[in-house]
Amino acid sequence: MQLLLQEVMAGLATGAIYACMALAVVMIYQAIDHLNFAQGEMAMFSTFIAWQLMAWGQPYWVAFVASVILSFIGGVLIERVLFRPIHNAPVLSSLVAFIALFSILNSSAGYIWDYTIKTFPTPFGTKPLFGNGLIDAHEAGMIGVTLGLLGLLYLFFRGTRLGLAMRAAAANPVSARLVGIRVGWMTALGWGMAAAIGAVAGMLIAPVVFLEPNMMLGVLLYGFAGAVLGGLTSPGGAVLGGFAVGIIENLAGTFIPYVGRELKLTIALVLIVVVLMFRPSGLFGRSVVSRV
Amino acid sequence: MTTVPKDDIAAPAAVLAQPQAMSLRPTARHLIIAAAIAVAVVIPFVAKSFILFQLTEVMIYGLAILGLNLLTGFNGQFSLGHSAFYGLGAYTAAILMHNYDVYYLWTLPAAGGVCFAVGFLFGLPALRLQNLYLALATFALAVAMPQILKFHALETWTGGVQGLVVDQPDPPGFLSMIDGDQWLYYFTLAVVLVMFGAAANLVRSRTGRAVMAIRDNPIAAAAMGINLSLYKTLTFGVSAFYTGVAGALGALAVAFVAPDSFNFLLSVSFLVGLVIGGVGSIPGCLLGGLFVLYVPNIANSISTGLAGAIYGVILLIVIFVMPAGAAGFGRFALARLSRSRQA
Repeated sequence: MQLLLQEVMAGLATGAIYACMALAVVMIYQAIDHLNFAQGEMAMFSTFIAWQLMAWGQPYWVAFVASVILSFIGGVLIERVLFRPIHNAPVLSSLVAFIALFSILNSSAGYIWDYTIKTFPTPFGTKPLFGNGLIDAHEAGMIGVTLGLLGLLYLFFRGTRLGLAMRAAAANPVSARLVGIRVGWMTALGWGMAAAIGAVAGMLIAPVVFLEPNMMLGVLLYGFAGAVLGGLTSPGGAVLGGFAVGIIENLAGTFIPYVGRELKLTIALVLIVVVLMFRPSGLFGRSVVSRV
Repeated sequence: MTTVPKDDIAAPAAVLAQPQAMSLRPTARHLIIAAAIAVAVVIPFVAKSFILFQLTEVMIYGLAILGLNLLTGFNGQFSLGHSAFYGLGAYTAAILMHNYDVYYLWTLPAAGGVCFAVGFLFGLPALRLQNLYLALATFALAVAMPQILKFHALETWTGGVQGLVVDQPDPPGFLSMIDGDQWLYYFTLAVVLVMFGAAANLVRSRTGRAVMAIRDNPIAAAAMGINLSLYKTLTFGVSAFYTGVAGALGALAVAFVAPDSFNFLLSVSFLVGLVIGGVGSIPGCLLGGLFVLYVPNIANSISTGLAGAIYGVILLIVIFVMPAGAAGFGRFALARLSRSRQA
């Protein structure tokens, strides 16, 4: 029982990383209707910007806020400069453009800041939160920030005119334009917000996995898995999906005899696919009904 | 051997090309294909063996991309898991040759058969998934494959992390004047020509039209009496067959297989090749193979430190210039040309 609890808590901690990323993934999916393969690299780049600011002597929170704002601007710029011109291209072509962006960001980060592993500070400290050492303060902080972000996003999308306009622009661009919403700018705004959320995610993840250009690859993939498991149309589902992936991965590694340790990622992914068999649009996603 | 498939590719084009205002097309197509084959046959006598090896790899990648194209371009099903089928084909060939001393020629149908079966079975659950959800399921396959190949219980067959060494095929006795690399090139060329010809025939057949109808409008296709489940799973199987044969050829060419060469990034390369060559274009697959093999090398030669960034920039430029890939660009250019000729 103690072991089970321990593994679940450890799973929650890794799951929080995936959940952060899954949230950013779903955000941009809502705004642009594509999965952004470069999301993780954008987050990594933002984290490096914060690291650079701190290396120049800025305090943590200044670097944090500056990085979030710069990422927002960067996200808007990427949309305006790179993706605006090809927004009518076939889906697979924009997928390849994402792969190109991935490659550019990854390689330039390696060129500017090299590939050595860097430590990144945490604002929460690393002391165990309770006496029994199940979860430390940073992990708890990460879970807290993820849930807080989710709440803010919920309020933004449900309670503000801008949030409503963004949802309309993503759901039905033509009708949205007819009622006077500037669809192009809504998309750019979605990119900016996704980049900013990615920056927060990156800065929370970096203390755990350490900062280097490839730090996000694994995280992004399992963030995707979490987002898909929870349902791409549901931010709350994506966060839950991220936690679920972390927990399943940990439990499979500990409790499935013989194959567990070696194949734990495989097992986690297979379980997710099995779940999708029964819920093809994810656990909390809406299924799309098409009209003939 | 190399002249037979020429007719395979060209004949249906002559019969089925659109009759109106296109009377020139079939012969032009004949000529281009014949010229390309002639060039391909002559190359080994003029090119260095390193370049020959690279071209062999281009053809192998082209074949793997064709496999992906049959699924994605013609049937509209996404896959990020084709590295797994490529790896499965390579390992089937390697295990047969290394552990059971099977003659290399027989490893190709074996690899294709195994991949067909696995692809067909994987197609069954894939039936329930659409677009990104299918992408995730196939992605799971791509991530799982290297781990399964490394799995300790299978080490007796797969060689674990070490991988397996395979003997490069020797030229047959009556062809003693050519060396191993040249033979490998011709052997690959022959296989690739036969399989490209077969694919061209397949997509022009009744079956091919059913497969494409499912891509364009599954509901209408079902209403016309096409068995969606059967055709989609079969397409998955055939697609895996193609990529598996490419994997087996790849194992013969590199003479070595190791688990981590069949990772998710290989799937991404296939996808890039597919889009660059042109989704739904058969000759485009070879262009995709060229891009996937050469452009990373070119980027690396410009700057080692920024190779990835340069690769990304080249990729972006290509997408900006040709959003529908090389084949789409070709069609666009042809349409322009014929319009100006009429005017």
